[in-house]
Amino acid sequence: MNALRRNVLKGATGAGAVAVAVAAGLLKPTQALAAWNKAAFEPKNMADALKGLGVSSPVDSKDIIIKAPDIAENGAVVPVEVTSKIPGTSQIALFAEKNTTPLVATFDLMGGTQPYVSTRIKMGATALVRAVCTAEGKSYTAAKEVKVTIGGCGG
Amino acid sequence: MAEPMKIRATMAGDVADVKVLMNHPMETGSRKDAKTGQLVPAHFIQEVTATINGAKVLEANFGTGISKNPYLGFKVKGAKAGDKVNVSWVDNTGDKNTAEATIG
Repeated sequence: MNALRRNVLKGATGAGAVAVAVAAGLLKPTQALAAWNKAAFEPKNMADALKGLGVSSPVDSKDIIIKAPDIAENGAVVPVEVTSKIPGTSQIALFAEKNTTPLVATFDLMGGTQPYVSTRIKMGATALVRAVCTAEGKSYTAAKEVKVTIGGCGG
Repeated sequence: MAEPMKIRATMAGDVADVKVLMNHPMETGSRKDAKTGQLVPAHFIQEVTATINGAKVLEANFGTGISKNPYLGFKVKGAKAGDKVNVSWVDNTGDKNTAEATIG
C-alpha cells in the first residue's frame, strides 16, 4: 500500500467535502479557511477569486501599505511587503491581478502577529498587486502597479 | 523528501521578526519542460502554519503565484527571546516539512 497515495486520496475527499459544505451554505467561507481554499485559489479572474474568499466590494484604504518594486525585471521573483494600519486586521490576502489565477496567498494572523507580511511572488505580466485586508468583518483594499519586463508564469 | 527549511527569528524591541525560507519548486502546473515539451505537474506548498511556544500565530494558504523557494516574513508582538518558533508546511502532493528555531 502506498501511504502517500492514501494521503492524497484522503486529502482530495476532505477538500471536496469542504467545498460542498461551502456551496450548501453550511459553512461560512471564513470558517472553511483552515483547509486550502480551492474556491478562492482556482478562479481565473479577480471577481471570482474574491467571491471564493467571501469578500464583497472591499473599501479602498490608504491604511494598507504595499511595498513592491515599480519595475520588476524578473517576474518570477517579485518581493512584496504588505503592512496594514487598520486596527483588528485578521487576514491579508494578496493578489496579482493579471496572473492566470490571481489569488497568490492568504495570511491569517493570530495571537500577537502584527498586520504585516513579506513574501516573494510570481507575476505573469505588468499588473496591479492588490492586498485585501479583513478587519472585524469588513474588507479593505489597496493596490500598487508593478511593471514586469519578463513574465514569471509558465515558460 | 523535502529539503530543509531555514528560520531566522530575532527580537526588535518587543516584536519578534521571523524570516522563513522554504525549499520548494513551486511548480504551477502550466510550465513546460524545455526538453520534453511536456507540462510539469503542479507541485506547490498549499498551507503554512507558524506557532510560537505551541500557540498558533500565522496560518497561510499559498497558491501557485508564490515564487520558487518561498520566503515568508512576519512579526509577532509579545514574543520573547528564547521562545520557540515552529513552522510547518504541506504541499499539494501531501508532502510536508517542519522546522523549529529559537528566537535570538
